Amino acid sequence: MAVKKKYDAIVIGGGHNGLVNGSYLAKAGLDTVILERRHLVGGAAITEELYPGFSFTTFSYALSLLRPEIIHELELTKHGFMPLLMPSTFAPTEDGEYLLLGQDKNENHHEIARHSPHDADAYDAYGHMMEQVVHAIRPLMDSIPPDITSKDPEERARMAAIGSYLADLPPGVLHDMIRLLTGSAADILEDYFESELMQGLHASSGIIGTKVGPRSQGSGLVLLYHSFGEHDGAYGAWAFHKGGNGGFTQVLARAAESFGVEIRLESPVDHVVTKNGRATGVVLEDGTELQAKTVVSAVDPRRTFMDLVDPRELPSDLVDNIRRFKFQGTSAKVNFALDANPTYPGLEGRSDQYRGFVNMGPSLDYLERAYDDAKYGWYSQKPYIDGCIQSNVDPDMAPPGKAVMSCFIQYAPYHLKNGDWDEERDRFGDRVQKTLEGFFPGFSDLVLHREVVTPLDIERVVGLTEGNIFAGEFLAPQMFFFRPAPGWNQYRTPIEGYYQCGSGTHPGGCVMGAPGRFASQQILGDLKKKK
Amino acid sequence: MIRETPFHPRTSVANQTGLWSHWSGYLATDRYQMSDKFEYFAIRNSAAVIDTSPLYKYRIMGSDSERFLAGVLARDIRKCRPGQAHYTVWCDDDGWVVEDGVILRFSDDEFLLTAAEPNMAYLQDLAGRMAVEIVDVSEDYGALALQGPYAREILKQLAPEMEEIGYFHLTPAKVGDAAVTISRTGYTGDLGYEIWVDRDDAVGVWDTLFEVASPYGVIPAGQTALLIARIEAGLVLIDVDFHSSRYAWNDDQRTTPHELGLGWMLRNLESDDRAFIGRSAIERELAEGTSRWRTVGVMVDYEDWNRVYGERSLIPPKDHTPEHGGMMIYDDRLERIGYTPSFVYSPMVQRHVGIARVRPEHAEPGSEVGLEVTIDHRYDVVKANVTLLPFYNPPRKTA
Ligand SMILES: Cc1cc2nc3c(=O)[nH]c(=O)nc-3n(C[C@H](O)[C@H](O)[C@H](O)COP(=O)(O)OP(=O)(O)OC[C@H]3O[C@@H](n4cnc5c(N)ncnc54)[C@H](O)[C@@H]3O)c2cc1C
Repeated sequence: MAVKKKYDAIVIGGGHNGLVNGSYLAKAGLDTVILERRHLVGGAAITEELYPGFSFTTFSYALSLLRPEIIHELELTKHGFMPLLMPSTFAPTEDGEYLLLGQDKNENHHEIARHSPHDADAYDAYGHMMEQVVHAIRPLMDSIPPDITSKDPEERARMAAIGSYLADLPPGVLHDMIRLLTGSAADILEDYFESELMQGLHASSGIIGTKVGPRSQGSGLVLLYHSFGEHDGAYGAWAFHKGGNGGFTQVLARAAESFGVEIRLESPVDHVVTKNGRATGVVLEDGTELQAKTVVSAVDPRRTFMDLVDPRELPSDLVDNIRRFKFQGTSAKVNFALDANPTYPGLEGRSDQYRGFVNMGPSLDYLERAYDDAKYGWYSQKPYIDGCIQSNVDPDMAPPGKAVMSCFIQYAPYHLKNGDWDEERDRFGDRVQKTLEGFFPGFSDLVLHREVVTPLDIERVVGLTEGNIFAGEFLAPQMFFFRPAPGWNQYRTPIEGYYQCGSGTHPGGCVMGAPGRFASQQILGDLKKKK
Repeated sequence: MIRETPFHPRTSVANQTGLWSHWSGYLATDRYQMSDKFEYFAIRNSAAVIDTSPLYKYRIMGSDSERFLAGVLARDIRKCRPGQAHYTVWCDDDGWVVEDGVILRFSDDEFLLTAAEPNMAYLQDLAGRMAVEIVDVSEDYGALALQGPYAREILKQLAPEMEEIGYFHLTPAKVGDAAVTISRTGYTGDLGYEIWVDRDDAVGVWDTLFEVASPYGVIPAGQTALLIARIEAGLVLIDVDFHSSRYAWNDDQRTTPHELGLGWMLRNLESDDRAFIGRSAIERELAEGTSRWRTVGVMVDYEDWNRVYGERSLIPPKDHTPEHGGMMIYDDRLERIGYTPSFVYSPMVQRHVGIARVRPEHAEPGSEVGLEVTIDHRYDVVKANVTLLPFYNPPRKTA
């Protein structure tokens, strides 16, 4: 069969955003190919059998932010979409205390009251505040932001509309929103909770993937971002996709193919071909040239603007902004195949506490200290760990009776001050394991296999610059109007026909699909205008 | 006194919520754990164990038993060979549904009929002087359903026969030391089996089963989880989706097999020479086209659902708790054209779905209808589409 060389649209990168984008383009009738560098699609959302019988969510491991419209519009349930409820959240400590939250409001009340009667009803108040803020901000997240640099009357009108929208919100909700968007997670959480365990548990969402501590301004935004999602209408709730997040991207791949997308694996793109300021196709690393009038980059902004095209073709302010765009990955993973579930002192013989997040960040101080190490260029000696043992809710993940444990680790700064990640890999893995041992005495005896994923591995394997899990930090100057750069937050680029749809575009990272979907709307709109 | 099923020594320990309902005079667990949705996911994702012992069970024996049942049941029992099972309804003379149930055939002249309601007098009166013996064995057996994608893999470790048995087939087997019957039946629309066991052996079977099943994440599931699954599977429920004609006050409360979506049971009437109860009425219904209803699915338009709640500044609920009621269905002129006796947010379909009864002219899949919802004590109408049932039908169910 002769290799096809001409398409309507080429999507570079088969991460979930590339798959979403390609699916929408194909659904609208475009002859679309997705080019993926690796031997599998999914990017940061993959599941791999790295030890016989054990499925590892190598990178990304939980699902919440996925926009519900995508489930319906791409008919994902036909292809096996299945987000499994996490019925519990477990916050252990190193001294045998713990907090175990479940699905029953009143049982949670009593559980929290063991630590602080005050926090028991503050928990409901906090939840209500967060829901109101999320509900208020959702319309902004779920639409393409205006171009703040534009003089176009339509864009100006959209700016004004946002102003009126915010002005119409109940003043309390608007104020809480601003507190979250600009303040620290600690400031907000200390307003509500007195228990260290409650503070630590919630503050953990404020640091994920980002080089901030819980007491840094800006961690409030990260906290809010991680609450934008839902599980079946429950705001802020997370799920395990059947088969891990890789199970989810396989669903997306089947959906894409059902719309006629061609997925080409092991097809790294070397560069985008341009002619007279317009994209005409791509050249693969092996020299193959493919043509299309629409080329979409589903990789991060650094690669989109600095690697795939010649920056000299771009306006210098954009190039400057992309150069300044902060990546500075600070997260790692250490995944384990275990002979059995870990034992928690006092809960011997039980495993129901392991059906959701197992959050090892028992206080603000614990998290802030972990951050201190990173501030000065080293990985945390006692890291924050978000553990997940998906095998407890999904028997596909590990052999019966065994367990597979994903551990998301912070902080692990990409730039080590006096060291090198390849050299530190095992020592880092040992640190993490030792920390786990502190929470779960006897943990190490259970380990059958350990997989250390450093920020450098994330960069090398997935292609995320500096290992930043969100394809660019969640810092206010890098969001909304400015993601990835002022004037270029609407998925277009200065090169006609060349678009961007990765997590470095609005709204941002996480397994969300929104960037891929919005970019397709922009592309299809532009094509229509041309006709 | 409310009765306990043979599994009660185990279900009462497993039930951590203290929530029980009464099912045919027995205690049945609503949910064992704080999350019924988690129990539901066991059904779709690993497997769940459901105590279905409260069903009425009748052993029907004797040389005339086939002839007897061929005259009573709407579906042709002669086609159900020994080692097979049928889901069937039985009707009255006017062709109205009396009840539905599963019948297991052990041999030429031995059957076990399950039913949700007592039927002893009804069946015995019909038996007359035929050589059939009908024994109420409801108390003698426990029934335990194992439902979900891992059901076969688990059961075959206890009873290798499971590898072979087809959908709606059954086999004698041993679970531990206990002699049991295992049928490939269930009420979840998933791959699944039911274990029929002498009441004295019930607890032992529970223990043996869980020994093998627990490492797969198998948990007991209560009634709520089962009811979510059955709506997704499009399986009707007595006193919710229909009523027994024996106790109905008027024909509005009665329904025919065709109206109930069970016409497939009577597909080959031309080549079927039985004189079964209700036959002539059913033939008349078909010839004259007098069916008043069709049973279909309705699936809510998600955008419109978001709209009606969004207009009131509410988070659109996606509640997996089944609603057994009767939300009205309207056409585009707001004429009432039906209702949904069973409604739920389906986690597998990711939509609000209902088993619905609509006028035949609105039953075409894809037809747009309006569903009445009540939000903050106000009526609103949300768009929905007519669909085929079931909503969820994984290939493994019959594979
Ligand atoms: C360790 C880790 C844990 C995370 N945990 C979670 C989580 O639990 N939940 C959550 O929601 N989010 C999580 N995230 C974030 C989330 O996974 C990412 O934001 C998201 O998956 C990024 O998707 P994407 O499609 O934008 O990009 P990517 O997934 O990065 O996909 C880009 C794709 O492009 C390919 N590619 C790169 N260059 C080329 C080229 N030149 N030619 C062809 N192909 C190319 C890559 O191989 C890759 O497949 C995590 C991320 C990481 C790294």
